[in-house]
Parts: sequence; C-alpha cells; structure tokens
Amino acid sequence: MTTVHERVDTFHDNDQKPVGYGRMLRKEDPRFLRGRGRYVDDVQLPGMLHLAILRSPVAHARIVSIDTSAAEASPGVKAVVTGAMLAQQNLAWMPTLSNDVQAVLATDKVRFQGQEVAFVVAEDRYAARDALELIDVEYDVLDPVIDARRALESDAPLIRDDLDGKTNNHCFDWETGDEAATEAVFARADVVVSQDLVYPRVHPAPMETCGAVADYDAVDGKLRLWSTTQAPHAHRTLYAIVAGLPEHKIQVISPDIGGGFGNKVPIYPGYVCAIVASIVTGKPVKWMEDRSENLISTGFARDYIMRGEIAATRDGRILGIRTNVLADHGAFNGTAAPVKYPAGFFGVFTGSYDIEAAYCKMTAVYTNKAPGGVAYACSFRITEAVYLVERIVDCLADELGMDPAELRLKNFIQPEQFPYTTKTGWVYDSGNYEPTMRLAMEMAGYDELRREQAEKRARGELMGIGIAFFTEAVGAGPRKDMDILGLGMADGCELRVHPTGKAVVRLSVQSQGQGHETTFAQIVAEEIGIPPADIEVLHGDTDNTPFGLGTYGSRSTPVSGAAAALVARKVRDKARIIASGMLEVSVADLEWEKGAFHVAGDPGRSVTIQDIALRAHGAGDLPEGIEGGLEAQICYNPSNLTYPHGAYICVVDIDPGTAQVTVRRFIAVDDCGTRINPMIIEGQVHGGLTDGVGMALMEMIAFDEDGNCLGASLMDYLIPTSLEVPDWETGFTVTPSPHHPIGAKGVGESATVGSPPAIVNAVVDALKPFGVRHADMPLTPSRVWDAMRGQARPPI
Amino acid sequence: MQVPAPFEYERATSVDHAISLLERLGGTARLIAGGHSLLPMMKLRLANFDYLIDINDLHGELGYVEAGPDEIRIGALTRHRELLESPVLAAAFPIFADAERVIADPVVRNRGTLGGSLCQADPSEDLSAVCTTLDARCVIRGPGGAERVVSMEDFHVGPYETAVADDEILVEIRLPVRPGCGSAYAKVERRAGDWAVVSAGAAVWLDGGAIVDARVGLAAVGPNTTGIPAISAALRGQEPSESLYEQAGAIAADSCDPVTDQRGSADYKRHLAAELTRRTLRRAVERARS
Repeated sequence: MTTVHERVDTFHDNDQKPVGYGRMLRKEDPRFLRGRGRYVDDVQLPGMLHLAILRSPVAHARIVSIDTSAAEASPGVKAVVTGAMLAQQNLAWMPTLSNDVQAVLATDKVRFQGQEVAFVVAEDRYAARDALELIDVEYDVLDPVIDARRALESDAPLIRDDLDGKTNNHCFDWETGDEAATEAVFARADVVVSQDLVYPRVHPAPMETCGAVADYDAVDGKLRLWSTTQAPHAHRTLYAIVAGLPEHKIQVISPDIGGGFGNKVPIYPGYVCAIVASIVTGKPVKWMEDRSENLISTGFARDYIMRGEIAATRDGRILGIRTNVLADHGAFNGTAAPVKYPAGFFGVFTGSYDIEAAYCKMTAVYTNKAPGGVAYACSFRITEAVYLVERIVDCLADELGMDPAELRLKNFIQPEQFPYTTKTGWVYDSGNYEPTMRLAMEMAGYDELRREQAEKRARGELMGIGIAFFTEAVGAGPRKDMDILGLGMADGCELRVHPTGKAVVRLSVQSQGQGHETTFAQIVAEEIGIPPADIEVLHGDTDNTPFGLGTYGSRSTPVSGAAAALVARKVRDKARIIASGMLEVSVADLEWEKGAFHVAGDPGRSVTIQDIALRAHGAGDLPEGIEGGLEAQICYNPSNLTYPHGAYICVVDIDPGTAQVTVRRFIAVDDCGTRINPMIIEGQVHGGLTDGVGMALMEMIAFDEDGNCLGASLMDYLIPTSLEVPDWETGFTVTPSPHHPIGAKGVGESATVGSPPAIVNAVVDALKPFGVRHADMPLTPSRVWDAMRGQARPPI
Repeated sequence: MQVPAPFEYERATSVDHAISLLERLGGTARLIAGGHSLLPMMKLRLANFDYLIDINDLHGELGYVEAGPDEIRIGALTRHRELLESPVLAAAFPIFADAERVIADPVVRNRGTLGGSLCQADPSEDLSAVCTTLDARCVIRGPGGAERVVSMEDFHVGPYETAVADDEILVEIRLPVRPGCGSAYAKVERRAGDWAVVSAGAAVWLDGGAIVDARVGLAAVGPNTTGIPAISAALRGQEPSESLYEQAGAIAADSCDPVTDQRGSADYKRHLAAELTRRTLRRAVERARS
C-alpha cells in the first residue's frame, strides 16, 4: 500500500497538464453563476396546473370527516383529492424504501404533524394554497408518542394500527458483533467507561425544497416526471411497481438539483400526488413544497439515543466497544438504506481502532414524528457511529488521564493489517492512519495549542482542542449484499466518442451540486486523453442514461467513477485496435500516451484519439472484426465499499460569561485515495465541515410535548452561515483503494461524519475545568451554560 | 415558495396620503416599509391584511438623522444601514452602531427601517432596546397632521402592540442629548442574524468622575423591551466601579421576566441579563470617559 502525504499548500495546479486529474474550474458553474440553472421549479409546461397539499396540524388524530365542497367551489380549483379517493384506486398507501408502508394521503389517522391529508389542484399556486384553507377536516385528537424512550411502554398509544396484528410501537430490533466475546473483554478490562449520548434529530434542509412536475399523456400512456430526486432510475422502477405503470412509459428527469444531502432519496407523497393529479386532470401538474413543508415532513436524520461503553487496559489499549441504541424512526419507517442494513452502516462504530470485541444492540421505535431515518450526508448512519466512538474514546482518554491524540495513535489499525476485518464484519480496504493523524497535528501545531490552553486555563479562559479520527464506508454495493427494494446497488456508464473526437458520458448517478459534470469528465479524460472540456456529462434522465441506483452515501465516485474509468478503458482498447490498423502495426507494438497511440520506438508515427474517432466513423477500412463507432457501455458492481479516513482537529474558545462557543480553527486532513479534482474535494469538505458546525452548535428538529414541530422555518431551525465558521485548514494524504480501478474513495460525506465529534470534543475539553465529561448537541450557549454549572442534560 | 393570502397594494406618495389611506382602510390595512418582519408573517399566514400601504417612497420625507442642540431627530423611515453609517450617531450614541452590526444581515439592513423595527414591537427587537436605553421619544402623526409624542414605555403597550392607532404613523424618533454620555450594546444570539437570546443596551452620563444618570434597556426578557428604573436609581451619583456594575447586573436579573424557549432557558437568560448589563455599563463608562 502506498500512502503519499502532503500539505495542501503543495498546490497541485494541473493547468499545465493537457488532460485528466487536477484542479480545474467546474464546468457546470457558469450555468449556475449566471442564473441559467434549470431546476424543477423552472419547468413550465403549457396548461400546467399547480398542486398544494393540506397537512395535518396535529401529531396524532383520527380523521372523523373531510369536507372538500367549499374548496372545490373556490375560483381556479380543478380538483380536490383526499385519502379516501386515493384508496378507491388502491393508491392511498405506498411502500417505503425500508419495506414499511407510508400513507400518500391519510385515510384513517394522521400520525405526525405535517402529514399529507388532501391536495388541491388549481390554475395557479395561489389559488391552490388559498383553497386549502377551505377544506374542513374534523379530527379526533389522540395522545401522541413523542419521547422515543416511552414508545414501548405498555400504555403508550398505538401509532401503527394500520399494520395487521400490531399491538405496540416497536419498529425493529437489530444487533451486530459478538455479545459474549464483548462481555468477556469488558469483564477483564482494567477500565470501563460508559456514556449516554444523544444524536438529536436534524434536517438536511437543502436550499431547493422537494417538488415535481408530472406530465401524463393519456394518448401514448407516457408519464414524464421532473422531480427532485437523487436516484432517478430507482424512482422510475418504484413508480412502475407502485402505480402499475409500465416502466418503459415512465421517464424520470432530475434536472439541476439544489442540494440533496439524502433529503431527495425517498419517494415522497407529494411526488405521487403530482402523478395522480396529472392523470386525473389530464394536464401537467407542478408541486413544489415550501420551506416549512420541507422541514416538517421530509426525511430527517439521526435521532439516535445511545449508550456507549468502552473497555481498555490501564495503559490505554482499547479492548472492546459496546453500544445500545434506541432509534426513533418516526411514524413510518422511511429509512433509505440497503434492505439488509436496517441500521445503515452503523456497524462501523468500532471506528479506526484495532480492538478485540464489539457488540451493538439496537431497538427502533415508531413515534408521532415525521418519517425518514437515513438522510443528510450520513453515509447510512456512519455519522452516528463515528460520533459514538469518537466521543467515548475521548471519555476514555479523560478517565485514563491520557492525551486524546496519544490514545488514538496507540490504538489505530496498522497499515499492514489491511484489508482489515472489523469485529462487526466490515472489511476495510486500505488505510494508513498515523501519517494522516500526524499531519493534522503538525498543521494544527498540536503541542503548541496544548501549551496555549494550559496558560489560558491558568487565567480562567476557556479554550478547547477536540480531535476526531474517522473511517468512512462509502460506495454501496456490492449488489449481492446491498439492494434497495430488490434493486442491486450497481451503476452503469456509457461513453460515446463522436467522429470529431468529442465525447459524451452518460451516468446513472445524479449530481445535486457535487460537480459530476467536471469530475466525471476528468476521469474519462485521464483514461482516454480527450480534454475534459470536450466531454459532455449527461445524467438525471432515465430515458437517456443507463440504469443505476443514484447518488447518496458518497457513492458516485466509488461506484460510477469506477464505471467511468472502466468504460473509457474499454473504448481505449477498441481505439488501440483501430490505431493498429491505421499505423499498420500489431496492437502489441503500440504505446499509449495520454491522447495518442504511437509505434513503440518511433514516436513520430502516431495517431491521436481524435484521428481514431474519425476513422471509427469514417469511410476507411477498419481492422477485421471491428464494428464502426467508438463507444462502450458498462455496469459496475463494486467488489467492496471504499473506506476513506480523516483526522480532524478543532479549536474552540468559550466566553465564560455568556457560554458562547467560537470555532477558532478547524484542521481537516482527509484521505479519500486518488484525488481527481482537489478543488472539488475541498469544496465538499468545506460544506461538510459547515454542516458539522451546524449540528454540533445549533441544529435540532425539536418537538413540544404535543408533537408540534418547533423547527418549521429557517428562523427556528438554524443553519450556520459563513460567520459561524473559521477559515478551514484542509490537508490530505493519499491511500488509494486497492479494488477501485483508479484508487479513488468517496469523500462527499466525510466532513459531515467527522466534524461533529471534533467540535463536541473541543467544547467538552474547554469545559474540563468545570468537571464536564460530556455534553450533548446542540451546544447552544444556554446548553453550554448548563454544562458549566454541572447541569448538562440531553436535548430530548 | 410560501404564498400569502390575497391582499391589495397601495403606494403612498406622502405621509398625509398614507394617513388618508389608513383613515379609509383602518385595521384591515398595514403599512409596509422594509417588510422583513411583515412579509414572512404574511407568507406563513400568521398575519393577514386586506391592504398593504407601501411607504418606501416616503424615504425623502422620513429618512434622516439630524442633530439639534438638545436632541437628535431620526426619521422613522431611516434604514438600518443609514443608522449604522451615520457619523452623527457614531459621535453621540455608539450604541446604535453596536446594535446595527448584530441586526440581521446586510440585505435586511439595506431595507429595514427604524420605524418598522419599533412598530413591529417584537420583545426581542434590538432597536427598541436601544431607544429604550436612550429614553427616546416617539412622534406619532394622525389625521389632519396632528402629532403626539410618547415615551418608549408608552409606545410599546404589549408584545407586537404599540400606541400607534390604526390611522396614525410613527414619523420620528427623538433622542435627548446630554453631555458626558457613553453608550454600548451587547447581544447574545445563537447564530449571526438571529433574534437575541438576550441583549442589553446601556447609557451613562458622567460629570467629573460621577454618574449623573444611567439607563439600561434589555430585550427578549419580558413582554416588551425593558427599561430598568431601579438601575438608574442605584447608579445615579455613584462613581463607576466593578462592584457597581455587579449591583446593576443583579438588579437587571431580578427585574426581568424571561421565559424558557428554543433560544435558552429562563435561568440562562436571567444570567445573561446580568452579564450583559455589566458588560455594556463597563463599555459605556469607558466610552464616556474617552
């Protein structure tokens, strides 16, 4: 295994390089910067109608009656549809991505505040919205289940009485690891530390809310659906299964998407309502949810109540990690995760450490809150797993009186141990943790920071240094282990080189801002020598791209990136044969330099990829058995996940008088294997770190005891701005993935996964003089002040 | 996109025109200036008015900061940004610039107005606390050009409620100017641009070494921004000192009435009332001395 590590100020500017990897401006940015992006809400079709959804004002109630007559009579209204009407078409319920069902429109009961109850279709958005006020719903309000800890109490109200034989609010149980072996390790450990932790419910809050334009043509039976989806192909298949429409007559188009973060993986009732509305009215129908609807009803994230336990020797050798988790899945289990992984990839909670045993027991429950589960840049629950392990490792360091950096360095999985099988069965492909950690410490000036902290503590000032070291697991499949409702997690890619040597790449994954149009052009360019500017990247239209499972869990580069490289190699192999004909030498005598084949030992005799493209489409003869054209297609089934890692160090200052936390510095060293466009990687990291500041310090979807959502607007649900974050200090090491064709690993969620524990560890470190060992997120000034007075309490 | 309920829109061409429209439309109408509080409430359908009367064209008439011998007069339509950048206010009452720097963001400050801020009467609103601290007088004009002048205590009659009648407009804020003044503002917020968890303004007037008068105004710790007469009484005639600030802080904590909400617990807010009172008084005295 090769690990290269460099400081980021070794600026890799590849402007001199004709093609391939390196920093280059994003090809898609001129469109966005000049206001020429085309989002779902920009879609305007002739005769298009607008849909608005009536939502439940209460968390739990039986629907007694719905009177839609006044709404139907309202000016401009074309249709009013209720759950009862959908039930007649067998469309009132739909499957979730986790083999549960979810109401499209409520028929019997409402089960969370904001649940869809009815919809209005009208000539414009205003008329539709105004008519909602005229729908008269009589509710028989029921006691809600809000506290997940009480969901399984015998007298708890039953939420899911729609499920046959259901008598309680239990959703599922899940376990991983070896309970007995872990118990044995804990029994003989010198030191056992236990800590309760809450990862509160947060929301992805993408800039663009969710929406769709459905256009059903009753004559040819074709449904065109523009929708905010991160997984257009998977959605198409699911619509075919749910609605009974033939799959070849469904075209899902995911145009420019204004941020996803997992929020746009599920199929929401609104999409189905838009489709129904178009079929009912015979017109195109647009539905765009507003900000409050997005915050109260769409896929949330986290909501794990955890107990973490760690066992170690007195000299700081970690022996085992054990955890017990209570997961709040809301009213319907809408988790978007591979089917065999109901807790996502939480099993990587053993982190980056070589330990002897691990065990996790999880119970998931239903509550009267919005459904969802896995969303928000979490790599399928790795965010929770990394937070757990990195927080309890710090608790252990505190107990042992050891420096948290030293404790981590002492327990890392060693480079020669890779591929490393964890005690919960995950096979880490590659890693070299110590250089990454050392680089972060060097960039931070770790020893100097500790000296500064000691001086400040002596003066009564509060400064904290927090470390988090994470290993991510990204790039789902392989398909045999990972599927979503039976669809294997593999992705296609198609490359077509035009006669003039320009090319088009078609992807099954869908960008929501990650820069796919640039990164994938660079991957193909590196392999085939056509400049990125000459390569068009198409994605997000199921009629014009190959099948695949889409973009989430940082899987685009690990899966489709591999597909793009391999398809380019396939084209290059064919180009070599054509070149051998053109140069009249055998294939074995050709050497490839980026962009051209030349005769070995005679560089003057060469043909460029552009020459070959023209020949492939031209009138001249091609070698025996070679068809015309220069194109190829592939479906890539990853053999394993990729496991990027990173070392993050956060420095905070806390105002002792007001308890306000300032993130003064943040050092992020990421290792995502081969780096395709460092600028794009840094952008991803910056965004994820900002997410982390939000979650650690301010974000939380809270509910009152009646189940009212207290985060229903961006005035109530705070997300960070540039003023809350420092100038990020990023660095990198490179440990390529051994099984990925170009050695790349995913990076999109690394910073979101790794930064919250670094920030919380820093705040807790700052509060050490007050005897604080743990404080839950969000660390708002009020909650930090509580901790300073020994009154830290969970947020829920 | 969140869409408001239907409403009609009128553009006032003069203060008198606006008043005549208000006379005719009464409580079904609302003036709109910056609109940064009103429009979100309308989009969320928490506020529904049949008519909006846009007074932005009256900036020529109502947008000014003018220094007189005894008072500074500020037109109600003066924008946040103009307050932030006013040399007159910077010299006389630096509390304004302190507050403006932590009010929302530049986009809001380009548009929002002093009068709108006061008339919104949000208990967490910063300029209300500033004006309370400075013992501002509010000039309200009604039909026929009749004007009346009320104190801040009388101007705010409850949360989101003011002394301005349906057919009246707040036209001017008057700040009394006395020698030896120093002033300061401090705010704790969960995030830049958020409403205050708690904020405090302080103004002191020194003569020689002693405090002639002092005022503290707090936001977000009661139904309205709160002036605290007991602090004024305790500080008058005293030499500034840390123990005096402590005493003032204790009075602030005792006098306020915060509630627990998403921004923080009542105990924390009470603590902040004391902490920020101490900080702003300390700063105000430093400024008065310099």
